[in-house]
Amino acid sequence: MSWLAHFNYWAVIVVMMTGLYMAIAQSDLMRKLIGITLLQTAVFFLYISFGFVRNAQVPILTEGAERYSNPLPHVLILTAIVVGVATTALGLALVVRIRERYGSIDEAELASLADEVEDLEPHHDFDDQDEHP
Amino acid sequence: MISLLLLLFLAITAIAIVRSRDTLTAVMLTGLSSLISACLFLLLDAADVAFTEAAVGAGISTLLMLAALHAVAPVRPQPRRVAWPALIVVLLCGGLLAYGTLDLPPFGAAENPVHQHVGNHYLEQTEREIGVPNVVTAVLASYRGFDTLGEVVVVFTAGLAVLLLIGRPRRKDEERDAR
Repeated sequence: MSWLAHFNYWAVIVVMMTGLYMAIAQSDLMRKLIGITLLQTAVFFLYISFGFVRNAQVPILTEGAERYSNPLPHVLILTAIVVGVATTALGLALVVRIRERYGSIDEAELASLADEVEDLEPHHDFDDQDEHP
Repeated sequence: MISLLLLLFLAITAIAIVRSRDTLTAVMLTGLSSLISACLFLLLDAADVAFTEAAVGAGISTLLMLAALHAVAPVRPQPRRVAWPALIVVLLCGGLLAYGTLDLPPFGAAENPVHQHVGNHYLEQTEREIGVPNVVTAVLASYRGFDTLGEVVVVFTAGLAVLLLIGRPRRKDEERDAR
């Protein structure tokens, strides 16, 4: 029965690696963010599995309950979920901004765009020099 | 038993996301995977986390992604091809992680090292020291209040950065493009 004891860890690893593959291999920036979100969810699940105790109760104090699951991973992941959404929002804002400025959110296209700019102007730096015209 | 089914479903959803060609499909499936993990959190005794994941992960996160997708439209569909170097790296990494899990203590045993430290203190002392029945709330708001303060700082910074990036009218770009 030992394979069953680790089954949820393996399912978590599958989800985690799927997210990692998306972040590495797919060139659309939105899909990269989705991959990172997926990886994040898998990490959350891993932590919650560590906190689980069999035949225990939700960590809300009740009369007659003998054993509770560990509340500490729950607290950590509660914080992590909210922070995760904040960072996702930041990433999405960056993607929207990149789309507005360069007209594409495809990594390969953006890279070729950067090459073109370098070829045209060898000493062009990407600062906003025309901030005060 | 039901949690095993849900886990299987979660893994299948993840693979469906990576194989989807349309980004909208991927976003909707991400919302679904968040909902499945919320159900799993509930089955693993983490009621507060399940609530938060359902509201924030499946709700707000999906909404933000849909809004962003609308702003960057049209998105070209992802070509369905396998990136072998990435796949090899990912398989290697996953294999190592799976090998690492063999050393982990059995799932759900009360004697696991993780349950021998500060968690018990919280469970025993919350009623006397804080006086609220929900231990997770007590730890979040009182014992580890500084963590929550740090979280607020992070969320505030992220919100500020989002506003700076896309919140202002972009006159400068238009001027630059006009020239």
